Amino acid sequence: MTRMDFEVVVLAGGASSNLSPLVSQELPKALLPVANRPVLSYVLELLEGSNLKDLIVVVEGEDAAQLVGGWISGAYADRLHVEVAAVPEGVGTAGALRSISSYLTANDVLIVSGDLVTDVPPGAIAATHRRHGAVVTTLLCSSPVSGPSDSGTSGGKEKAKKPVRHNIIGLDPTRQYLLHMATGAEVEKDIRLQKRILQAVGQMEIRADLMDAHLYAFKRTVLQDILDQKDKFQSIRQDILPYLIRTQLSSEVSRNGLVSSESGSNKSAVQDDLRWLSQHREIAPSTFQDSQPLSLKSQRDDQRSHKCCVYIANESKYCARLNSIQAFSDINRDVIGEASHLSGYSFSAQNNIIHPSAELGSKTTVGPQCMLAEGSKLGDKCSVKRSVIGRHCRIGSNVKIVNSVVMNHVTIDDGCSIQGSVICSNVQLQERVVLKDCQVGAGYIVTSGSEHKSESLARK
Amino acid sequence: MAQKKGQRGATSVAADDSEVVARIPLQAVLLADSFNLKFRPITLERPKVLLPLVNVPMIEYTLAWLDSVGVEEVFVFCCSHSQQVKDYLKESEWMKPSSRFSITTVESHDAISAGDALRVIYEKSVIRGDFVLISGDTISNMNLTQALQEHKERRKKDPLAVMTMIIKHSKPSNLTHQTRLGTDELLMAIDPQTKELMFYEDKVNPSIISIDKELLANNTWVYLHNNKQDCYIDICSPEVLSLFMDNFDYQHLRRHFVKGLLVDDMKDHLIDSLTSSDVRYKLHKICAFYIELGLLAVLIQSHLALPVFMYMIMGYKIFTHEIHSSYAARIDNFRSYGTISKDILQRWAYPLVPNFQYFGISSKVKLDRQGVYSAPDVVQSRSARIGATTLIGSGTTIGNHTGISNSVVGRGCTIGNNVCIDGCYIWDNVIIEDGCRLNHAIVCDGVHLSAGVVLESGVILSFKVEVGRLITIPAYSKVSLRPQPSVQDSDEELEYADASSAVIESPSITSMVSNRNAESSPDYSAHEVGISGVGYIWSTNEGEHEEEWRHSIAPIPEAKLTELSHAYLEEPDVPYLDVNDFLVSGEMKPDSESISFDDGDGGDYGDSADFDKEVEATFHRALTGVNQETVILEINSLRLSCNKSHADCAGALFFSMMELGLEAPRSSNNWLLVIKLDMYGMTMTTMGLTVIGELYQNIAKEINKWKDLLKHYLKSVDEEASIYVVSFRFYEPYIYQLEMCICYIQFAIEVILKFEEICLETATELAPLFSIILSYLYEKDILSEDAILSWASEKEGADESDKIFVKQSESFITILHMKLIGPQNWLKEASEEEDEDNGDEASMMRGSFCAGHTHVGCTFLSRFAAGSSSPDMDATFAVDYGLDGRGGLGLCSGDDGLAARFVP
Repeated sequence: MTRMDFEVVVLAGGASSNLSPLVSQELPKALLPVANRPVLSYVLELLEGSNLKDLIVVVEGEDAAQLVGGWISGAYADRLHVEVAAVPEGVGTAGALRSISSYLTANDVLIVSGDLVTDVPPGAIAATHRRHGAVVTTLLCSSPVSGPSDSGTSGGKEKAKKPVRHNIIGLDPTRQYLLHMATGAEVEKDIRLQKRILQAVGQMEIRADLMDAHLYAFKRTVLQDILDQKDKFQSIRQDILPYLIRTQLSSEVSRNGLVSSESGSNKSAVQDDLRWLSQHREIAPSTFQDSQPLSLKSQRDDQRSHKCCVYIANESKYCARLNSIQAFSDINRDVIGEASHLSGYSFSAQNNIIHPSAELGSKTTVGPQCMLAEGSKLGDKCSVKRSVIGRHCRIGSNVKIVNSVVMNHVTIDDGCSIQGSVICSNVQLQERVVLKDCQVGAGYIVTSGSEHKSESLARK
Repeated sequence: MAQKKGQRGATSVAADDSEVVARIPLQAVLLADSFNLKFRPITLERPKVLLPLVNVPMIEYTLAWLDSVGVEEVFVFCCSHSQQVKDYLKESEWMKPSSRFSITTVESHDAISAGDALRVIYEKSVIRGDFVLISGDTISNMNLTQALQEHKERRKKDPLAVMTMIIKHSKPSNLTHQTRLGTDELLMAIDPQTKELMFYEDKVNPSIISIDKELLANNTWVYLHNNKQDCYIDICSPEVLSLFMDNFDYQHLRRHFVKGLLVDDMKDHLIDSLTSSDVRYKLHKICAFYIELGLLAVLIQSHLALPVFMYMIMGYKIFTHEIHSSYAARIDNFRSYGTISKDILQRWAYPLVPNFQYFGISSKVKLDRQGVYSAPDVVQSRSARIGATTLIGSGTTIGNHTGISNSVVGRGCTIGNNVCIDGCYIWDNVIIEDGCRLNHAIVCDGVHLSAGVVLESGVILSFKVEVGRLITIPAYSKVSLRPQPSVQDSDEELEYADASSAVIESPSITSMVSNRNAESSPDYSAHEVGISGVGYIWSTNEGEHEEEWRHSIAPIPEAKLTELSHAYLEEPDVPYLDVNDFLVSGEMKPDSESISFDDGDGGDYGDSADFDKEVEATFHRALTGVNQETVILEINSLRLSCNKSHADCAGALFFSMMELGLEAPRSSNNWLLVIKLDMYGMTMTTMGLTVIGELYQNIAKEINKWKDLLKHYLKSVDEEASIYVVSFRFYEPYIYQLEMCICYIQFAIEVILKFEEICLETATELAPLFSIILSYLYEKDILSEDAILSWASEKEGADESDKIFVKQSESFITILHMKLIGPQNWLKEASEEEDEDNGDEASMMRGSFCAGHTHVGCTFLSRFAAGSSSPDMDATFAVDYGLDGRGGLGLCSGDDGLAARFVP
């Protein structure tokens, strides 16, 4: 077996603003804990599992890059060959790629978002990409049903139950080619499709139940060309990908011959369909119709098209992106819950993970789908349900923690009640604090007896 | 509004059918008129359905198919040349007793569209169950059983599934954007699971397809098809006819009816999210009940009918059935005529093939190798070559060295020596003299081509045209003995010409073939037109000529294809990319695209501001004396075209009325004062400050004047629920009373909310008047007490800022409440509340009640003061309070007396 000629770029982001107050200078997005492991580790281990061990991790901001780099070299020193590259903040995903594009040498580049938590093997995407000789291959997965089990909070609103329309995606009938992609939220009233593409395939499947997982395989030359020529492109999702999809029948990128060299021979039936050869044949083939000039043309057209492919993950696969606070809570819950195989831990008989060094007081219960990391102490009569508790937390008596994430070194005094919240590291909750659907930023002190609901608490 | 009775025809049959059998026989409506001009000039003389297709009139194919699928009753709708159609049918096998089904002709001469035709059929009330709707120019061999079964099952589950369309795979060319039948490419969105048709568009914008996002609101999956062909065979439920009846503007079966239904369907999804499905279900039930009662006809008389129908359209669904192996196609234009002829010769439509004894008039034709059919009595020279896929009709003689290929030659033709015929359709009794060359032409009955005539591709020679020697008829020419009507009424596509229609003064009126290039002089030179030519060459409009090749019988010329393919290759990125390259990111946002989609169908009023203006304009027209019903009609049509709900109408209308009321005082100098003081408008009418009074007076006057109009809309807001209430009061007081209440309250609340919104956002000066107007509306029976109370209770949980109006109307609400639960109870409640509530107010209310003064508007007055003490009305606070006490005094004596006492 020859090695796959793939280079991997992990876009780990920086201090993402929509995740504040969870992320901070000290804790970039890539290091946010999911089941007490940095979220980036899920991607890295996934890649490792597909034998993709040469990685470039791109981090926004020098400080963040140092933090991430430090963590990686500690955790993966002997397992992966990782280069951490720092890019200025706010350059966008395309900008980040542009700054490292000159280092890329392999035929194809796999670009993974660092906040992806999934068990879809990247090798499968790479294989699809190769099989089709595509210019870009995108991983699509079923849209997660947002905000399940947050009982009571949105129970009254019927409308909130509607599944989120992440993307509106157009596929060909065989579901191999990507014909259209739009972000659900950005589509205002009308879905606008390019007619030429529809004409080429004849039938387009428009799906609203798929999500772009931000895992792409690009043909390197094409990617580099675009990055060079379109210097205003900032985002892969918003600029590069739509550009490639749009121009797939009138490609400029493949004109330089680099791409079309190998794609000539192994065309699938669908591709032929894309070549509009099939016209005038369907009702009843007729000897009267002369399609010679068409086939002549189709050859020319052939050179001007490139393929945008998709890999649609099986519905049973888990796939989520940590791009919002809601997603953070959801993923944490899922990784110790329904998608527990991702966490890499072995669960106890009670379906939870309690580190041997954790101490539990009398009459304290830790329910299933919970996690209690090393060195944490719980007082008496505590109750923990469907929550993750980090390392070295000190939790007093009569504390209730439900559906929450508690990071490291958190002090929770007696009588607190925490529901649906995220408590960052080094936070102190004084006595009888009641939190519901709150986020508490690192180092914050919540004074005793205070009650908060749906608030974001952070140090100024 | 073409709802006129047909003069004659099926009335007697309708009477015969009065005994209703348990099993409804399968019926079919056959439209023996295509309602377009595409087959002109031929159709000037003979109806399209009687034109021979492979030597058999088209209608025979359609009837044969209807027969084969087990249709038992066929209603043939004739319009143009109806006598010819009727005569033909009378002579045909189908009318003989041995026929397996009965044919009834329905005739109307006013019909100018399929919509009119269906309305005529409806008026005959002959359709009792599901029926097949087909045009007389459709050729098919499909088996309808499965589609019919599917349709019936769907109907059982969902009574709103009114139509099943038959579709077939057919990929249009990317270059010409048309199918091989010559029809324009079609865009359909179909739900892959249910096969429901979600979107239908046959006029597709050249580069960008725009589809409403709502399409995906309820489905996550939609198939967008560009490779399907509409077979124009529909299985319809009887409701389809009444839908045409209700929407008298529906003309075209697809363009109006299908799209109309789909658009309303979309709106239905929207409304879905607003109201509970429970209520909707009940409405559907009521609706169905109505239909059963047969009350629709009664309702048409009243102005209530319209909104009822408007509602009824909503939610109807169209489904599709795709056929795969069988054949179905409609002859839409000359190109499809050619294509389908060839398909028949190549036996794709088996058993509808020339040598099968299916049709009564089919002669014995035998099939030779290479798909050559010839009648036994053909006289053919030994040296004549008959090429592949050709049919020669009986009694035809073919001369020496003549070559015929890919053509259909009719009966009794005489073809001379050295003639070359390729891809032509030559009908009966045509004489072609020696040396003619015919290429992809249609030559009708009785045409005479003198020696040496050349017909270039795409030529149409209508009946009995004669062409002189050595003439070349240029490509795509249409020649007819009938002169070309000068004005083509493009709106109303009529197949038949009016005998009196104007005629182009053709220079060669002396029965000569004129040259299309108008340069030809009246003295027809022999080398141009020939000595014995008879006929006019029809000129084509400039624009049309460009597109002539599309629908012509001739294959698309290669040069055209090359040209198109160049265009195709060049076209792409120009509009799209250049714009977006300047955008740094976010180019997927739709508004960054330069091309705006306009479907060209009617005005697209788009945003609501425009709509409001339009309604206002309409309303102002009403002021100038237009009758109220007309206004309702106008606004309704406006509503449909702008895709608005009834609530929007009511809102806009209300707004206009308020504006009107405000106009007079606004124009005067001290209208600022008005705003401050208009809350006393009611009482101050007779005071010195007449201006103030005017405001209220005006508004009250307007409301009074237009209350019916307003009532109409308020009552019919969203779902028209209250219309049912109103109508049921007339017809069926007991049934569904419960549903009525539920619906009514639900929607009336919507109205008040709308009203509130108006006061807050659009006409702030109205805010102080809110409660007066509310009470007035109540008084005039536009809003019911239930509705107002439910509104108040709904608002209870709202923010303080939202409650301004509730507070303002509090006393009014109290009175209503009082009315509802009885005075004793209320008094008790009120005294309990007194401490926590505004004491003054409560006691005053009680006072007014005890005084037996129940005039709502008047009692109301006292309320104003208290209501205005909310923070945003500080300015008038002091004045208010002063008034408050006196207001209480005045309560007993009615408006006028009260007002009189207030003179400062």
